[in-house]
Amino acid sequence: MKLVYFASVREAIGLSSEEFDVPQDACTVGDLVVRISARSEDHARALHDLPRLRFALDQNMATADTPLLGAQELAIFPPVTGG
Amino acid sequence: MKTVRISETAIQPDQELTALAGLGGGALSSFTGLVRDDDGVTAIELEHYPGMTEASLSSLIEAATARWSLLGAVITHRVGIVPVGAPVVVVGTASLHRAEALEATAFLIDRLKTEAPFWKREHYADGTTKWVEAKSSDEARAERWG
Repeated sequence: MKLVYFASVREAIGLSSEEFDVPQDACTVGDLVVRISARSEDHARALHDLPRLRFALDQNMATADTPLLGAQELAIFPPVTGG
Repeated sequence: MKTVRISETAIQPDQELTALAGLGGGALSSFTGLVRDDDGVTAIELEHYPGMTEASLSSLIEAATARWSLLGAVITHRVGIVPVGAPVVVVGTASLHRAEALEATAFLIDRLKTEAPFWKREHYADGTTKWVEAKSSDEARAERWG
C-alpha cells in the first residue's frame, strides 16, 4: 500500500510517501497506523497522538475505524487548515 | 457552470467571477479569503493533496447545488507561498435571487475550511515557520450546515 503524508506529519516522518506491506491482521486504518508507527522513532513521534490525526483512504476521508478492504493509498495528516 | 481551480500563481478575484456574471441570474455572491496581517507574519505557505483536493471541492459544489438553486459556482484556491494581503481563496455562486447565492457561498467556505485537504503554515520575518492549528470555531461554523 502507498502511504502519503502531509504537513506536520510529513515533516515529522521526513518523507512525503512510502510503500508499506499491510499485515494480514490489520483490518482498519487504526490497526495499520499502529503498525506504521513501529517503523521508526520518527514514525512513532509523528503518529503517537491518534485522535489528532486525520486520514484519507483512496482519497476519501476516513477514520481510525474505517476498514481497509484492499485500498491502495492511505494518507495521514493533521486537521485541515485551508481557506 | 461548476468550476474548481487550484492555482500556483496569484489569483485575481474579479477574473475568477467573470463567468458567473454572465449566467443570466440576478445575484452573484462571493467570498475572498486574504492572508491576514498577523504579528510578524510575512506570508503563508499552502500545501494540498493533489487529486483529492479537486474531488473534495467538486463534491462541495455538488452538495451546494443539491441544496440551493444555483446557476453556477466557482472555487479557486491558491497553493504555494502567498504574501500578506494576497487572495488565498475565492468562492463565488450565482442564482436568480440573492438568498440562494448568499447562503451557498457561506456554506461553501465554511465546509471548505474543515473538509478540503489544504494545510497552511505561517512564515515570519525572522525566517521561522509555524503550522497553523485547526480552530474549533471553524468546526462549529461548518457543523451548523448539518
